[in-house]
Amino acid sequence: MCTICGCGKGETLIGGRAHGGSQARARQHKPGEKLHFRAREGSTTLVTHDGHAQVHLPERATIDFGTGPAGAHAPGMSQARMVKIERDILAKNNDYADQNRRYFSEHAIFALNLVSSPGSGKTTLLVKTITALNGAQSLAVIEGDQQTDNDAARIRAAGAPALQINTGKGCHLDAHMVGQAMQQLVLKDESLLLIENVGNLVCPAGFDLGEAHKVVIFSVTEGEDKPLKYPDMFRAADLMLLSKCDLLPHLDFDAGLAVANAFRINPGLKVIRISASSGEGMAEWLEWIRAGCHDAIAAKH
Amino acid sequence: MHEMSIAESVLQIIEEAARIEECTKVKAVWLEIGQLAGVEKESLRFCFDVVTRDSIAEDARLEIVETLGRGWCMDCASNVAVTGRYEACPDCGSFRIEVTGGEEMRVKELEVE
Repeated sequence: MCTICGCGKGETLIGGRAHGGSQARARQHKPGEKLHFRAREGSTTLVTHDGHAQVHLPERATIDFGTGPAGAHAPGMSQARMVKIERDILAKNNDYADQNRRYFSEHAIFALNLVSSPGSGKTTLLVKTITALNGAQSLAVIEGDQQTDNDAARIRAAGAPALQINTGKGCHLDAHMVGQAMQQLVLKDESLLLIENVGNLVCPAGFDLGEAHKVVIFSVTEGEDKPLKYPDMFRAADLMLLSKCDLLPHLDFDAGLAVANAFRINPGLKVIRISASSGEGMAEWLEWIRAGCHDAIAAKH
Repeated sequence: MHEMSIAESVLQIIEEAARIEECTKVKAVWLEIGQLAGVEKESLRFCFDVVTRDSIAEDARLEIVETLGRGWCMDCASNVAVTGRYEACPDCGSFRIEVTGGEEMRVKELEVE
């Protein structure tokens, strides 16, 4: 079972290679299966077993009953004590996200996390963006899907480097996956990194990847009340692209209402009405990206 | 959603602490789960029971302390109680509320031996 989202086995593939899990992750065990504690040699080492990491714990050579607070063990008296933890449950992903964010900051990389329902036009928009930038901006794309590398192939055909993460049964990308992908991608300093998350308006909202902004893509072929139905995502985003606007003459979609609903959930949200096919809004989107890249470079110096 | 992964994360935190504290059994776990964290408590209890089987926290008592939702209403400029996300301010009815508390998910403490 995937450590992060708990759905199904962890069969994540990053650029075609199996995802080995992290140093501190405990092995996933099924009910009835024994957890094995093995002696640790030196510092914690990463061992993968069927793609899952095992936590090594020190073996106790002796069982000493005399080391409790009373200094002695009296039969029937337990050594129960309280241990204060105060540890945030989602800390692990946040730690990885912070690492990614620090890396991006040090290398002046402007990273965006593109989120939406499946079929909103994310990949088409990325292809159009790459074409419009026409080599003027160094960039790379990380693609997230359950299966296939169709999206990464489309990005490469448009002329940009792309790495595909297949999450298997997973429903969102997490910061550790992105960190691993970055090692394979080797992005130039001052680049633009576009992360196209798994099509899902629920889960990605809760998982920081280390990005500068989440960009939510919401198409006019969806319902105007989408922001109200999936508020966490619209709240987590800083920019909303209302996509496929070229189709408006053929639809009953009330764009004003859709935008109003988005503002109700997130008053500070920036909105751009866009169409990859007609080109509407592309200039404003590219300018927003340019400004972001500029800020990333300025922040480094 | 993801109560199973939350339970797994709780177990990882427990096992890490147990290793550091060199204890052999975890008898009770206190979690702090905010009212606005979006966690189904019963689902979390079920998942906790499942993941802790054959672990150092098997049969541990799970105590969930629910922290209250709080927010700052930008229109009436006051701290208000927030019982659900995206709800209107109980005083002025505005939706412009910045959540200030009640979203946490934390392992507070353990009873071990």
